[in-house]
Amino acid sequence: MSEILKLSALGLIALFAAIAANMGMDLAYQVHAVLIMLIAAGMFIWILRSVGEDKPAPANQNEYMDDVVRAGVIATTVWGVVGFLAGTYIAFQLAFPALNLDLPWTTFGRLRPLHTSAVIFAFGGNALIATSFYVVQRTSAARLWGGNLAWFVFWGYQLFIVLAATGYVLGATQSKEYAEPEWYVDIWLTLVWVSYLAVFLGTIIKRREPHIYVANWFFLSFIVTVAMLHLVNNLSLPVSIFGSKSVQLFSGVQDALTQWWYGHNAVGFFLTSGFLGMMYYFIPKQADRPVYSYKLSIIHFWALIFLYIWAGPHHLHYTALPDWAQTLGMVFSIMLWMPSWGGMINGLMTLSGAWDKLRTDPVLRMMVVSVGFYGMATFEGPMMSIKAVNSLSHYTDWTVGHVHSGALGWNGMITFGALYFLVPRLWNRERLYSLSLVSWHFWLATIGIVLYAASMWVTGIMEGLMWREVDAQGFLVNSFADTVSAKLPMYVVRGLGGVLYVAGALIMAYNLWKTATSPESQTTAQAVPAE
Amino acid sequence: MDLYSFLREMADSFGLLALTLIFIGVVVFAWRPGSRALHDDIAQIPLRNDDAPIPEEKQ
Repeated sequence: MSEILKLSALGLIALFAAIAANMGMDLAYQVHAVLIMLIAAGMFIWILRSVGEDKPAPANQNEYMDDVVRAGVIATTVWGVVGFLAGTYIAFQLAFPALNLDLPWTTFGRLRPLHTSAVIFAFGGNALIATSFYVVQRTSAARLWGGNLAWFVFWGYQLFIVLAATGYVLGATQSKEYAEPEWYVDIWLTLVWVSYLAVFLGTIIKRREPHIYVANWFFLSFIVTVAMLHLVNNLSLPVSIFGSKSVQLFSGVQDALTQWWYGHNAVGFFLTSGFLGMMYYFIPKQADRPVYSYKLSIIHFWALIFLYIWAGPHHLHYTALPDWAQTLGMVFSIMLWMPSWGGMINGLMTLSGAWDKLRTDPVLRMMVVSVGFYGMATFEGPMMSIKAVNSLSHYTDWTVGHVHSGALGWNGMITFGALYFLVPRLWNRERLYSLSLVSWHFWLATIGIVLYAASMWVTGIMEGLMWREVDAQGFLVNSFADTVSAKLPMYVVRGLGGVLYVAGALIMAYNLWKTATSPESQTTAQAVPAE
Repeated sequence: MDLYSFLREMADSFGLLALTLIFIGVVVFAWRPGSRALHDDIAQIPLRNDDAPIPEEKQ
């Protein structure tokens, strides 16, 4: 019976997608319609072939559901490399505009959202989904709730990524930073996200540990808040059901504030809260000792939740936004410094009494450096939110450098650490294929970030000063093009930093691949020094 | 009073007060006497149940 329902639904979807492909008013919409038609038709055939066969036995509730985490680990690694490559390419586009290739699909304007979405949502999002599924099972001591719903979350999320990415390249965008996908992609993501919430919350509800470990609080706040942000910031009306274009419901300064309420809380709850969930699980695991202070982690959590949501207006200093709202955003951003550093201290001090492990364990080193970058970025951010500082830094490359020391340093490094932790466990291997390759990755990535951040500080402050420079008569000294040509050397250095970071990620992909595929005998037979 | 002014007034009076009190309550609750043993136990959660869930009957 359920097969007949599934088949009719898939048949209807394929039929509607075929009509939509025919009626579609723009290329991106038509390509997406064909894609959905093919996926629905493929699933139709797949289900049809299994009709009448015996159902697989129900999953053993006394085992963890790790296959979906394995898939998530692979997706994280692949999307990470794709996203870093895209970022490095567009970094060189800024230095050498010929790399735009004079084609509409490969211009900076279309590849930039491809890069940001690939690293934040594809790499970061898959890392968050995979690690949250792993962590919530271990800390709840229960199998994932909802059976194959977790697989729907995984594959549905990949479809969202593909629709978003192809849409950008073909020109479909609603022009909201970090929320570029058009209306039907937004609706699809909403379905996937609600399922994600159900799986996560369902597992917490059926947990067999009496208490909810702090990492789950962070993950849960990430899932719930992102759902809220996504819904409000994407309130729009499609022009037609057969086209990708939509019109925003908000306009003017309301739209701007909604966008940056979304944008900054995407940083706060996607890139901070979710990844802190990773920190509070993987650092204690890798160091093999409990978190430094559990009380501090509770206060860290609630302080972050209470403060972050108000910080968005600092993106709109000196705009049409009311002055009091700008000041409010600034004050809350500065207050955020406290819980952020409380969390950093909590992560670092987890190693107290075990600092020697840093000498021998490059994975732990990666996690610690990631927390260090978290501390650095959460100091720099509040400082840049001060109106006087912002009047120099805003619209310059300093902002870009700030974002990347957070993203490459904090989000990237903690994810790499989690991947190095997870792969041997998920593929039942004694150890990683090569620790010296982890060290190579660590140094390439760290030096890459240093090159990136340092060149962006120099170029950002330089262009900020050039923009405001006036002569004795009060005329501006520099034209915009003057700043562009002055920035070339720093742009090349930034691109090289990106090359190092990509190289490190490729080494990681190779190392993880060899870990998972090397025959077990090879890895366990290695001599262990007597201690 | 229009909606904007109402929300604005709410935000910097009772809304602010309520949120601040809730937050202080959370901090006080986290530091309440006698919670150390409980928190030490919760902090150990990641270090157990690595390979399999807690079996149903043991609950």
